[in-house]
Amino acid sequence: MSTMTTEQTEALIQEVLEVYPEKAKKDRAKHLAANDPTLEQSNKCITSNKKSLPGVMTIRGCAYAGSKGVVWGPIKDMIHISHGPVGCGQYSRAGRRNYYVGTTGVNTFGTMNFTSDFQEKDIVFGGDKKLDKLISEIDTLFPLNKGISVQSECPIGLIGDDIEAVSKRKSKEIDKPVVPVRCEGFRGVSQSLGHHIANDTIRDWVLPTRDNDNSFQTTPYDVSIIGDYNIGGDAWSSRILLEEMGLRVVSQWSGDGTLSEMELTPKVKLNLLHCYRSMNYISRHMEEKYGIPWVEYNFFGPTKIAESLRKIASYFDDSIKEGAERVIAKYNAEMEPIIAKFRPRLEGKRVMLYVGGLRPRHTIGAYEDLGMEVVGAGYEFGHNDDYDRTIKEMGNATLLYDDVTGYEFEEFVKAVKPDLIGSGIKEKYIFQKMGIPFRQMHSWDYSGPYHGYDGFAIFARDMDMTLNNPCWGKLIAPWKATGSEAAAKAA
Amino acid sequence: MPMVMLRENAAGDMTLYVAKKDLEDVVTSIEFDQPDKWGGTITIGDGTSFYIDPLDCPPKLPVSLRARRG
Repeated sequence: MSTMTTEQTEALIQEVLEVYPEKAKKDRAKHLAANDPTLEQSNKCITSNKKSLPGVMTIRGCAYAGSKGVVWGPIKDMIHISHGPVGCGQYSRAGRRNYYVGTTGVNTFGTMNFTSDFQEKDIVFGGDKKLDKLISEIDTLFPLNKGISVQSECPIGLIGDDIEAVSKRKSKEIDKPVVPVRCEGFRGVSQSLGHHIANDTIRDWVLPTRDNDNSFQTTPYDVSIIGDYNIGGDAWSSRILLEEMGLRVVSQWSGDGTLSEMELTPKVKLNLLHCYRSMNYISRHMEEKYGIPWVEYNFFGPTKIAESLRKIASYFDDSIKEGAERVIAKYNAEMEPIIAKFRPRLEGKRVMLYVGGLRPRHTIGAYEDLGMEVVGAGYEFGHNDDYDRTIKEMGNATLLYDDVTGYEFEEFVKAVKPDLIGSGIKEKYIFQKMGIPFRQMHSWDYSGPYHGYDGFAIFARDMDMTLNNPCWGKLIAPWKATGSEAAAKAA
Repeated sequence: MPMVMLRENAAGDMTLYVAKKDLEDVVTSIEFDQPDKWGGTITIGDGTSFYIDPLDCPPKLPVSLRARRG
């Protein structure tokens, strides 16, 4: 099927909505739209960040996932206690592949799970005593930890434990920061509120600690990478580009990041914001309190990288601008053979994306560099401002779907027939069984990095490997193949 | 009484941002915009208006202020 017109897309949405009861249909209709790139504001065409409908399948997470899993979790030299029953921490442990350097269990704790393992008696009598004991135990067993954060799970809010009081007391006792985070899973409609809560706790408990301490030697070229979680090494392949153009990266938030890096962030000259959704709050705060400007950038695909490097360089003097041009020229030469190799194999293929954070819009450039077209995109937990940024990147009349349900996504795929789908693990096997190539785009399908020039080479290889895998031609058993298919195979 | 944040966007226009409501839009009108009096009713692009108690001088952006529904 070739490109759809706005009418066709809208007709498809209506057709898919047909099975819902009246009320659900009305609600879901607001979350689905045909893109119109001329619009300046997305709230004219799509509603987002609303509670999911009961009874439909959503792939959203919870506030705890947003705080522990995304923002706090990757800070490697702190211990993050999953305060509450054991499951939340255990089933999310190390799943996001935030790479880091260090000796796990000695000075870094990224892939470990610390939990207060609530039992019935803790629910009945309160868990504050247990938390108190747990923090002492942690500090005895892991003396090289730089601080502790208490990530609340649902029961903590329900039974009304005072984790703030315990944290303050223990912080004095062990002489390290202990940060209470009120990120109970029931708060908000998705993990997005967890990001906000986590940002607010960083603002209150971490950033002000070095306000009157000017011992840190600054340079005019200090920047920090905000909102890069180092999935499969993403932040490293971004960092080398910035360093090569002459900037000094003071901190990484929060992939492969440390507590002291975060405390030093208010000393930088510019905040580079990759994941707008999860860390715009802290960037806005630093702009107000410390006067640090922030700039959004996109390190997926050579076109967008060059654009972003120039945008970042425009905040600095000529030596950095020259540095940016030098980096772009050097790597563009390296990228040419990669594009020459993979573009002919991927040209014209159509992609549907349904992920979270920044990927539905940021990866579009990388696909376009490979001659592919994104024909549908949606966010799990995006807000208006994410869609504002997305509608300009997407083609006319392409599908936009917010918090899409399992049923809707399958129906859209059946109608649009994309050549590739990028979404999460819960969708992966459904679509693979439908015979459609699939990439798990939450942790790059256990590959990566995808950021930066080095990442693009891997991205291109992975897309080719998935799309042109010979298995897709073998989905029909040979004895069931009709004459034409057998002929096609022979040819 | 939401907290609103006023800042300048890349184009140099003043924008008003309400984090809790996901609302960010360009400021279209300010009731008092004089060197000695700043604030009052502020209207933004989508038609919503907020009331900010007038300040003695224009604030240095970005700034967070308490606002009432205007």
